[in-house]
Amino acid sequence: MIEEFSSLIYTTGFLYLTPGMIFMWLIGFILIYLAIAKAYEPLLLLPIGFGIIVANLPLAGLMAPDTGLLWKFYEYGIHWEIIPPLIFLGLGALTDFGPLLARPSLIFLGAGAQIGVYIAFFSAHLLLGFSLQEAATIGIIGGADGPTTIFLASKLAPHMLGTCAVAAYSYMALVPIIMPPVMKILTTEKERKILMPKARKVGRLEKTLFPLVGVLVIVLLVPASAPLMSMFMVGNLFRECKVVERLNLAAQNELLNIVTIFLGLPVGATMNAQNFLRKDVIFIFVLGLFAFIASTGTGIIVAKGMNLLSKTKINPLLGAAGVSAVPMAARVVHKMGQKADKKNYLLMYAMGPNVAGVIGTVTAAGIFLTMLK
Amino acid sequence: MQQQMVAPMLGKVIQVNFSVGDRVEEDDEAMVIEAMKMETPIFVPCDGVVGQINVKIGDNVEEDDVLAVIETE
Repeated sequence: MIEEFSSLIYTTGFLYLTPGMIFMWLIGFILIYLAIAKAYEPLLLLPIGFGIIVANLPLAGLMAPDTGLLWKFYEYGIHWEIIPPLIFLGLGALTDFGPLLARPSLIFLGAGAQIGVYIAFFSAHLLLGFSLQEAATIGIIGGADGPTTIFLASKLAPHMLGTCAVAAYSYMALVPIIMPPVMKILTTEKERKILMPKARKVGRLEKTLFPLVGVLVIVLLVPASAPLMSMFMVGNLFRECKVVERLNLAAQNELLNIVTIFLGLPVGATMNAQNFLRKDVIFIFVLGLFAFIASTGTGIIVAKGMNLLSKTKINPLLGAAGVSAVPMAARVVHKMGQKADKKNYLLMYAMGPNVAGVIGTVTAAGIFLTMLK
Repeated sequence: MQQQMVAPMLGKVIQVNFSVGDRVEEDDEAMVIEAMKMETPIFVPCDGVVGQINVKIGDNVEEDDVLAVIETE
């Protein structure tokens, strides 16, 4: 009787719990708490947090190769490159390139903010001894683009995927806290007050042609960016052509929501105790933050450089919007501009570099893939 | 003299803080427009009296739409 009872205990998970697992639960609970109580990127941090917890349950085998449920989501969704491009389809349908087309020169700001990605990449490799592949994955966190980070990590450094994704999404949630001090240090009160000249109106034809021309140019330049870029642009074409409203709405609502569920859970599940509890993790978070700050800074510096060269001055705060956290970075820019001058409305101008930043980050990831794979 | 208060960007009017005949001062918060899921206050351009309000709560406005007219002395 007692023997039967004790053998029953061995079929439960309790005896196989390790301190590492319990520590990972804590991380999962913290993410879930931040998602629910503070609304920090809840659409992603909530499923990621839950994924972390259930992946750290002994004997459950959710991440067991070939059989585990979350392993299958991971393998066929992320490793097979299905989910991040589908997310980009939805993002393309949600993105209005109008503000960028109204002032195409702002695309340089979107590119400028990617310099921070490379600064972090070189620091991680040269100073901290990460491999080139790992360093690239860490650097891309500075692009502030979740699906691109996940896409690149799955190709270059799958063991760091969960950590980098969590770093990217956490810092995105913290954009309103991280960016303003950097923006304040690098700009003067007078610069923040610069009012932008009226933007021109952008017609439907231009908006419809943009995804077609854009995909040709960018994919020819950086072929490795094709999976993300082609889905992004077809989503945008759905939006702008105005004749496939059903596909447009499906891409930006139902499909995007569905794939978000299948993205968050397995990303969280990659974070088991062995993968996460290493001293590298602290460096990943520190470098990710550094990449974020560097991107904000280089965006502003590029904007100031453009002001030196051109007669029409732009508000250098717009450079910070090149960090592609859409639309949070643009909102922060707007708020800061309005703080300096109540009648300074930068939001729509900031959306230009903001969406250019998305393209910039995907391109940067494509360049890393081409060189390092 | 009249001065127009125009919408600086497209969005939805979610708050109107004065009515016709009210005396307003420059930089008073006149309305709140919601765009990109963010609430943006719109400020009065000059001192004066509100002569006309062209929008109500819930209206979607385009950039450059005239939101209100302020009569200056």
